[in-house]
Amino acid sequence: MVMHNFLPHTPSDRDAMLAAIGLPTGQAGLDSLFDDIPQSLRNPLPTSTLPQSGMDEASLQSLLTELATQNTASGKACFMGGGAYARFVPMAVNTIASRSEFYTAYTPYQPEMSQGTLQVGFEFQTMIAELTGLDTANASVYDGGVAVAEAAMMAHRITKKTRFLTLNSVHPHYRGITQTYVEGLGEVSLETFANTRALTETDTSNVAAVIVQQPNFFGGVEDITALRSFCDATKAILIVSSDPTSLGVLEAPGKLGADIVVGDIQPLGNNLSYGGPYGGFMATKTQYMRQLPGRLVGMAKDKDGRPCYTLTMQTREQHIRREKATSNICTNQALNILKATVYLTLVGPQGLKHLANLSVQRTHHLVDRLTQLPGVTPIFEGQPYVFECAINLPKPVNEVLAALSAQGILGGVPLADLYPEYPNGLLVTCTELTTPEHMDRYVSALSAILSGTTVTNGNGKSSFMAPTAPAVACSL
Amino acid sequence: MITATEQNNMTRPILNGDTSDLSPLQPSVFDQSRPGALGVSLPAVGVIEQPLETLLQGVRLRGDVPRLPEMAQLDVVRHFVKLSKLNHSIDGGFYPLGSCTMKYNPKVCDFYGMLPGLTQLHPLTPDVDSQGSLRVIYTLQEMLKDVTGFDAVTLQPAAGAQGELVGIMMIKAHFKKTGQLTQRRQIIVPDSAHGTNPASAAMCGFDIVEIKSAPNGLVDLDALKAVLGPSTAGIMLTNPSTLGLFEKDILEISRLVHDAGGLLYYDGANLNAIVGVARPADMGFDVMHINTHKTFATPHGGGGPGCGPVCVTAQLAPYLPSPNAAFDGTRYFWDSNLPDSIGRVKTFNGNFEMMARALTYLLAYGADGLKQVATDAVLNANYIRSQLQDTYEIPYNRICMHEFVMNSHKQHAMHDGLNTLNIAKRLMDYGIHPMTVYFPLVAHEAMMIEPTETECKDTLDHFIAVMKRIDDECRTTPDVVINAPHTMPIKKVDEVTAARKPALNFYCCTV
Repeated sequence: MVMHNFLPHTPSDRDAMLAAIGLPTGQAGLDSLFDDIPQSLRNPLPTSTLPQSGMDEASLQSLLTELATQNTASGKACFMGGGAYARFVPMAVNTIASRSEFYTAYTPYQPEMSQGTLQVGFEFQTMIAELTGLDTANASVYDGGVAVAEAAMMAHRITKKTRFLTLNSVHPHYRGITQTYVEGLGEVSLETFANTRALTETDTSNVAAVIVQQPNFFGGVEDITALRSFCDATKAILIVSSDPTSLGVLEAPGKLGADIVVGDIQPLGNNLSYGGPYGGFMATKTQYMRQLPGRLVGMAKDKDGRPCYTLTMQTREQHIRREKATSNICTNQALNILKATVYLTLVGPQGLKHLANLSVQRTHHLVDRLTQLPGVTPIFEGQPYVFECAINLPKPVNEVLAALSAQGILGGVPLADLYPEYPNGLLVTCTELTTPEHMDRYVSALSAILSGTTVTNGNGKSSFMAPTAPAVACSL
Repeated sequence: MITATEQNNMTRPILNGDTSDLSPLQPSVFDQSRPGALGVSLPAVGVIEQPLETLLQGVRLRGDVPRLPEMAQLDVVRHFVKLSKLNHSIDGGFYPLGSCTMKYNPKVCDFYGMLPGLTQLHPLTPDVDSQGSLRVIYTLQEMLKDVTGFDAVTLQPAAGAQGELVGIMMIKAHFKKTGQLTQRRQIIVPDSAHGTNPASAAMCGFDIVEIKSAPNGLVDLDALKAVLGPSTAGIMLTNPSTLGLFEKDILEISRLVHDAGGLLYYDGANLNAIVGVARPADMGFDVMHINTHKTFATPHGGGGPGCGPVCVTAQLAPYLPSPNAAFDGTRYFWDSNLPDSIGRVKTFNGNFEMMARALTYLLAYGADGLKQVATDAVLNANYIRSQLQDTYEIPYNRICMHEFVMNSHKQHAMHDGLNTLNIAKRLMDYGIHPMTVYFPLVAHEAMMIEPTETECKDTLDHFIAVMKRIDDECRTTPDVVINAPHTMPIKKVDEVTAARKPALNFYCCTV
């Protein structure tokens, strides 16, 4: 019998309960609770990694603190984007999200006890509909990539067609997830095109959806209007994946003709946390509302006529429709949409516009300066970019990034792994957390590295054994 | 020009009409918006600005101002604090929610959130600069091998249902690789299964073969034998079943399925009943998912986020999602050299925060503690069962695992209007969240009760007393039960009308 601070029973509690059940007391009685499990299956757990007994809380805190210090990226100025962004999270976001009335609550299937979570969901849906220029949004799916995949599945349900057309400039991971998901549909294809023109000149038969990203993975801007025309001609669904911050300055995709707009809410008040949890949003036109996957919050009335909120249209969902559901999804990202909703309420329309504009201005400022260095060139010369930009470096990217990292700068996302056609490519982004001082340091550090006055570390991997770079104050 | 306030008034029909004397519990943020109010101070642009029209030449810029709220910071904070108070939560009260394992979320498991080194790490950071987080992921993978008995683990799936999808995709990939996929098209699912099981298998393109459970909710061996054959790809089982009983014949079931050439999927929803006591891999399962928010106490968050680790045998390991965390004896790294992988299911590295919490939880308990977790979970369920067996009908009244199912037949016999839903809603008036109702589908008027191991005897005794009091009310004042809840912020909700005339957006409400 183990005493543990998360387990309330004393030995005498357990004995009293065993006696009430009619079982012998002590360990024998406890063991007899498992008599239905064949004896051959009842074995002590191996402890090759799991400890035999638990750790005390002070030791746990020390261990986690130690693990955090092993992330040598900590404190460095982050110019990395590629679908996740180091953006400012106002303190009030975390204060609210730390309220255990929110984070230890169950899914709001019982509306009388869950109006808080439900109203947040409703407010979130409205904000996403506003940002995207569409009628209706769901209360989130797992992340931006899954949202693209779910939108593709949704387009298949609407059109019954089997070809999905996409562009090379859509996030490679989003395309990867979509490929994984649509394979379940059987004889379908996900076809990737180099640009809008190539896509619109393809065979127009049997197209379920056109999937684009705006701004695209490289920060560039697609011709949504041309794709809308193509979709009109082919009766296909137009799916646009969008960075929500960018919608502070870019036209809402719904206004440009998108049928479904999706994206990731990470930039809206959510931690980077090495990949998650984030949250995918999905918005669409009223006519396609009943094909949305996942939870939806609707307004309702109680039996006295008082306005309130409830999960609604649940007959789309797996717990009612089982194998005929619009998706298998059950969990949503309730705590993450809470953060996004608090964030957008704090920031407001002017704040969002300011942050989007700031990111555009800073990224252009930085790229203008970086591309003045010898051999540094924009990959998409002359094409507009929003707040990410793909540049070519005259030296191996990983060596340069390792040297920058040693000076407290995470210089961007290398493109070679994701796009072998850009072996020297680097994706750079600026946010409100990459300060002008960080940009100055980036420019001078890169200048020194490229001119050979800073020694690089070969393949960039050996620096793991090197001493940790001095912590540089980050504005986080 | 219409002001925002006028516009709000125009778009708030729900506040007018026949409900004019009733206001919502808390006005929405859109109702409270005051144009020009500031909620947060933001950094200045800080570089010489150029017109956006110049920088984004030819790009369609936003033509409207999105109608997001504008509020001062205190008003924002107060709004959300008020909303929080309308929720029931684990930290505030008891949830006897069968199949949901609403246990205490230990606070030390939130500690990672205090560490910017973990929370501010970009997911594409080079491995060399993210060794701490990679170590968290790799170590949790290894620990889950100990806990489940499987040979390989992925932490990429975002939640249990996505874990199911991944598991079934891997079964599919295995049969594709071995040239059997055209033949093996069927996934067998008992009628007592969670809805996600058939939904996940259907998303992978399998045909669902539903088999009737035995009256006690366990697998009917004859029904199973009747459908097993050359078209069987696999079976999805929850063990203990959703009626809270352990499949005593599990070794026979796994032999039958394997002999037919199929694979066994373990739905980890009820893992809390056996964690530390027995292991799914030892029972003959080939693949399973874990819901970290159930067994390993990561918070439900009001519906998410989750994390759905998938554990597999060596036979299925080649099909794991890519990439997977690995260790070469010196450093941790992402291994994407997985040529037979089913591919990627999540944009980045999975829900890292949930992994950090689950790892903390496992370290806090160790192997000995986990066994006590399952033991106390089962003890608590049996204690409640023993104390309510004379009051409510319990169809399979025997030693159960971590949960059991009773029904409202006796109470319905007292008054036609009484049913399971009334009794569940009446619990709210006593400050207790309803139990799981009308699930599993095979049990009539089901009330499924799972207290979990973290509730003390006093809480259980209180719940038992409340359930007996409600039974008394059913006899003496049935209308009080039928019309419950009475003390919640709102009365019973008309969900039917809400679904028929959906109002999902503040600015286009038509309730």
